[in-house]
Amino acid sequence: MLNLKNYHISKNIHIYEQGNLRIAYDVNSGSLHILDEKTFSLIGEMIDYQSNNETIDLNLVGNNLPDDEKLEVLEELEQLQRDKLLFSEEVLEQEPIYPSPPIIKAMCLHVAHDCNLKCRYCFAGTGSFGGCRELMSVETGIKAIDFLLMHSGSRPQCEVDFFGGEPLLNLTVVKELIAYGKMAAKKINKRIKFTLTTNAVLLDEQTTAYLEKEEVSVVLSLDGRKEVNDRMRPFYKDKGSYDTIVPNILRFTEKRPKTSPYAIGNYYYVRGTYTHYNTDFYRDVLHMADLGIKMISIEPVVASPENDFSLNQEDIEKVKESYDILGEKVLDYAQRDQEFSFFHFNAGLDDGPCLPKRLSGCGAGYEYIAVSPEGGIYPCHQFVGQEAYKLGSLHKPDSKPRTDIVDQFRKANVYAKQECRTCWARFSCSGGCHAANVAYSGELTKVYSLGCELQKKRLEVAYYLKIRQALKVGTNC
Amino acid sequence: MAKHIQTIIKGNLSVTIKNGGCGKCQTSCQSACKTSCTVGNQVCEK
Ligand code: SF4
Ligand code: SF4
Repeated sequence: MLNLKNYHISKNIHIYEQGNLRIAYDVNSGSLHILDEKTFSLIGEMIDYQSNNETIDLNLVGNNLPDDEKLEVLEELEQLQRDKLLFSEEVLEQEPIYPSPPIIKAMCLHVAHDCNLKCRYCFAGTGSFGGCRELMSVETGIKAIDFLLMHSGSRPQCEVDFFGGEPLLNLTVVKELIAYGKMAAKKINKRIKFTLTTNAVLLDEQTTAYLEKEEVSVVLSLDGRKEVNDRMRPFYKDKGSYDTIVPNILRFTEKRPKTSPYAIGNYYYVRGTYTHYNTDFYRDVLHMADLGIKMISIEPVVASPENDFSLNQEDIEKVKESYDILGEKVLDYAQRDQEFSFFHFNAGLDDGPCLPKRLSGCGAGYEYIAVSPEGGIYPCHQFVGQEAYKLGSLHKPDSKPRTDIVDQFRKANVYAKQECRTCWARFSCSGGCHAANVAYSGELTKVYSLGCELQKKRLEVAYYLKIRQALKVGTNC
Repeated sequence: MAKHIQTIIKGNLSVTIKNGGCGKCQTSCQSACKTSCTVGNQVCEK
């Protein structure tokens, strides 16, 4: 007999239709199943029934099915429950355990609070992060790297991301810091993996060759079609940036044909932002794929509602439809040997991260920190300049991160957020982005609901593609 | 062979609450602004 005692189905099983498939995602095991119509409607009925009643009486659901078929379906569900693959036991809520003091794995170095573009949606206030335009000095950068190495515990590898504004405006310092970081890490048997996030305006041949030689991973910004990109990503005199950046981006991406979709090793990603003006952003992704770009990410703008370009509730249906279309296009392109990877459709399930990692999410404020050009330490790049969240300064002699803020971020895990505790996406989404949550609600533990809708849609398509891929290679169990 | 349900991915996520948490994985950002790995699309490095 299927055991449903104290079992909240919609919290622990998500069923949905995608493409021509009816899918069940078992939240606690991370398993995926294809259901036939009868099973799909039976589970759907159970969920409906449970939304109005405390307990479930299986005699009162599935009565449109002939008795023998209902029994068959229930027996299969029961077997899967025994195998811990569907209706699997709910994981007991358990706070993640954190090392004290925090072990910092990664640092975002804001080497330039200045920019040569004035992208309209820039959360950095077109590069300055609400402060003065400033470049990081080598001395501050060296202090930052020392800080990272000192606070990285026994980790053999740390990550440094050169960010801005536009980091290539401070390339001399970037080069010095890469040389210094490699040397300083080697001395203590560690390694630093470097990444650079750039708008590609200054990514000339020489810089490309340098980044190749130093094995720096690179994230390049492009919003897609020329008119879409140029509307949001102009130069100061309002001239669009597409014609300048696309040749630079293509020259770079051609050098890294073997990039891992999971951002491992030396990778590149071309990333963009979609807004109210391109809810058909799947066309932008395909535009990039048609240019020959293989690693693509495009993500929703996060902006306050008074901006003309911010996404509103009416846009959501169109956005979801775009994800649906994009899912099918990913398959079409793969079939035509024009395969590309869409970042948010890569879902680690059976080979994905462990539950403790999934509970805590990004690690901002205790595993990941950002450093401003003047040496201020913040929980992540999006918090830079927000005094209330400042963790400390590199220029103070004993520059430990402020423990009260570290604790706030540690406590803001999935289980601290009411909406997340019952959400089927909780172990993949990990409670969303702290910065988006704070921007939306003013609190670390209140979620950004529009972001949730999009997150769940992306996961649905990602799981669907996972299934379609498994069916194609015949590795289904 | 099940007639109504086809299992495609067999996960064992709940077990990892006991044996996981080694912390070897990279950090992950799930925001819109930065494409470093998000938790959901990371692979375990253990
Ligand atoms: S942030 Fe939203 S989508 Fe993510 S787990 Fe929480 S409620 Fe679910
Ligand atoms: S708070 Fe948001 S932007 Fe910052 S690291 Fe976490 S997910 Fe990324």
